Amino acid sequence: MNIINFTPLSAFVGGITIGLAVVVFFIGNGRLAGISSITDNFLTSKEGRGDNFLFLVGLVVGSIIFSFSTTNEIPFLITNSLPLIIAGGLLVGIGTKVASGCTSGHGICGIARLSLRSVIATVLFMVTAILTVAIMGIK
Amino acid sequence: MSKIISLISGIIFGVGLAISNMINPAKVLGFLNFFDQWDPSLIFVMIGAILISAPFFFLFRNKSKPLFAETFSIPKIENIDSKLIVGSSLFGVGWGLVGFCPGPAIASLALANEYAIFFLISMFGGFFLTRLINYK
Repeated sequence: MNIINFTPLSAFVGGITIGLAVVVFFIGNGRLAGISSITDNFLTSKEGRGDNFLFLVGLVVGSIIFSFSTTNEIPFLITNSLPLIIAGGLLVGIGTKVASGCTSGHGICGIARLSLRSVIATVLFMVTAILTVAIMGIK
Repeated sequence: MSKIISLISGIIFGVGLAISNMINPAKVLGFLNFFDQWDPSLIFVMIGAILISAPFFFLFRNKSKPLFAETFSIPKIENIDSKLIVGSSLFGVGWGLVGFCPGPAIASLALANEYAIFFLISMFGGFFLTRLINYK
């Protein structure tokens, strides 16, 4: 293993920013900023739909605001293989729905709440993701 | 007021994803490429986010209501079941195939990339499929 492209400072500052968002949503609205659940609830439930919609709009607006604040383009590179995209999207949708959480809900909010469920979920999805990248040779 | 809080929370979250570049699937795959050329940055994102939020979860654990809503909506389940295990494992495989998880996938709408949009549609399909077979 070699370490490359390591950007600890921007990662840490970004993480603190995300943590702030989690705090505002929690002490303000009493909710967890788990994005798979917010998205799924927005799509399928009338309850709190306005709040869910505005949170998701905020995610997009936040990224746009950041792109205006920097002169460089946001680095962004995604596979152009449709089979990979479709399989990946389906698995992320099914998996996060069945497990009731994703990187934000389990990986951040759940761990910060010391939930054993979320610790186990996070270890599992990290391990299967790392194995997938290793086995498929995805870069 | 809760609507404004929702929008503000989303905006701050989106800024955080962009600052850390976790919106970028190639950056995330760099983290997942543990056995070859590893980029540990994502660990620092999680540490930063957890360091900030954990004290607030602790301080508010006995409060009866949040500032702008009637109740806390926090999951009560604590059992480790097959759904948690199977679901998280499947999610990891999908995450590893593309380097996208739900937050960045939504936030990247800002970049209007057609492949990111195909991913989102597939992810919505995954939600609906799961509901259809009533696994939750």
